[in-house]
Amino acid sequence: MSPALETRALCKSFGALTVAAQIDFTLETGARHALIGPNGAGKTTFVNMLMGGLAPTSGSIMLGGDEVTRQSQRQRVKRGLGRTFQINTLFRSLTVVDNVALAVAERHGVAWGMFRPAGGYRAVLDESMQVLEMLGLAADAKLPLAAMPYGKQRLVEIAIALGMRPKVLLLDEPAAGIPSLESHRILEVLDALPAEIAILIIEHDMELVFRFARRITVLAQGAVLMEGSPAEVSSDARVRQVYLGERRE
Amino acid sequence: MSTPSAASHTGSYLSDPRVRFIEWLPWVLAIACYFAAPTYLPLGSYILIMILFALSLDLILGYAGIITLGHAAYFGFGAYVAAILAVRGTADPLIGIVVAGAAAGLLGWLTGLVILRTRGLTLLMLTLAITSICYEIANKAGTWTGGADGLGGFAMKPILGLFKFDLFGKTGYLYCLVFLFLGWWLVRRMIYSPFGASLTGMRDNVLRMHAVGSPVYQRLVVVYSISAALAGIAGALLVHTTEFVGLKVLSFDLSGELLVMLILGGVGRIYGAFVGPLVYLIAQDSLAKQFPEYWYFGIGLMLVLVVMFARGGILGLLDKLLSRMRRGKP
Repeated sequence: MSPALETRALCKSFGALTVAAQIDFTLETGARHALIGPNGAGKTTFVNMLMGGLAPTSGSIMLGGDEVTRQSQRQRVKRGLGRTFQINTLFRSLTVVDNVALAVAERHGVAWGMFRPAGGYRAVLDESMQVLEMLGLAADAKLPLAAMPYGKQRLVEIAIALGMRPKVLLLDEPAAGIPSLESHRILEVLDALPAEIAILIIEHDMELVFRFARRITVLAQGAVLMEGSPAEVSSDARVRQVYLGERRE
Repeated sequence: MSTPSAASHTGSYLSDPRVRFIEWLPWVLAIACYFAAPTYLPLGSYILIMILFALSLDLILGYAGIITLGHAAYFGFGAYVAAILAVRGTADPLIGIVVAGAAAGLLGWLTGLVILRTRGLTLLMLTLAITSICYEIANKAGTWTGGADGLGGFAMKPILGLFKFDLFGKTGYLYCLVFLFLGWWLVRRMIYSPFGASLTGMRDNVLRMHAVGSPVYQRLVVVYSISAALAGIAGALLVHTTEFVGLKVLSFDLSGELLVMLILGGVGRIYGAFVGPLVYLIAQDSLAKQFPEYWYFGIGLMLVLVVMFARGGILGLLDKLLSRMRRGKP
């Protein structure tokens, strides 16, 4: 079976500046994979290329064995690619459950419906509620999003992505802005995500990364420095030098 | 705690789409005015037309978040199509409405395809440019449009062959009221639908809508075309009730005035489009009688007060007062 997501010799350069160099990357089905690297290592560029927001200079991207390099974000989403954002990217004037329902409605293909009231689409509402229950947000479903505390808004970020029922989920710093004392709440949620989803997490909170990920890829200066298990990565001298060393000492 | 959707008619999977008791109030008032103020019916018709026009703007500006200063292009286009049709084709009003609405919708679709690829200031400038182009075409194509003199001298046939347009504007008033009702019904249905919810989504966060796989551009073009068609119908109503069309219907002034009315009433709420034109046009009418030279000062002052103290317009202010009263109760 082909991997959930794969890149082959993926390159991106802006003029003489290379921000992604020959990235070969494989995300297996059901993976719990982390992408780490110091600031400016090219993590964001890489994610943007995966989502279709940025066209690579060369190389290819495969989703479930099919090439999607030239496809739009919308086409990739249809194939099961979902993401969350580092900075809250939510629908602030809507309720919590509506935030999820917008994503569910797109997947059900009912979002063009102009005449029947939205409340009549029970399947959309029920499924949105299920997602909220899974994340422990059911009690807040009817609250306006803007009335939610920041930490819970971070969970809504994940809820919207789950509403898309992705096969591959890119989590862009899910714990960003959350005090490390509270990041265990995020970790609990991540641990409870359906096992069949392949998850790639980009995160600066090393504790969270090492507890969550089973494989880690280290990016440095636009290239893959190494890939391995958490134990291999934390004991690697090069990794310690470019990254961990600076933080752990 | 009540959801924001309850008060402002935001598209939501939780809102109750049934028409509430108070929502019949505008219609009861409108019919009461027909009997109570027969001398004001021409002004009344104009208010109804502007409400329909404001409703069409609210759909794209208030709900979908498309910033525009050029909505008069579609109103004016519909008006000219209706007038030219009456002069050169048929003077049947219902055919005129359908043709004008379809033509304005088509123009909305064609221009929307181009301009909705942009956002923000670029979009604003493009909407302005489209109005200016339409204005100049109407100005120069004098044989068809009458140029700066405008186009008149035609008489509309009775509606359905039964109801003649009378001198006092009685038929015209009810004619406008019927089309406003249909427009309101359509917009209201749309806002409570999944489509309406996705419009709010695009206004709130277009980046996220892309990320959940929403066809953002296509959806904006569709809502823009629908809005343009409604604006075109409003323009046709104006031509049918006044039996005249002039360049003012394509002017930047009209776009700006419409925006002021909507802001005054409350953007992003259906009834903001009702309250704004009503208050603005009645204030204009009475101020112009009291202070013929300074009435614009009064309008300006009203707008400054609304922008400074009532960000959600008159309806936003009402909401705040109501919720304060409720909290005041034990």
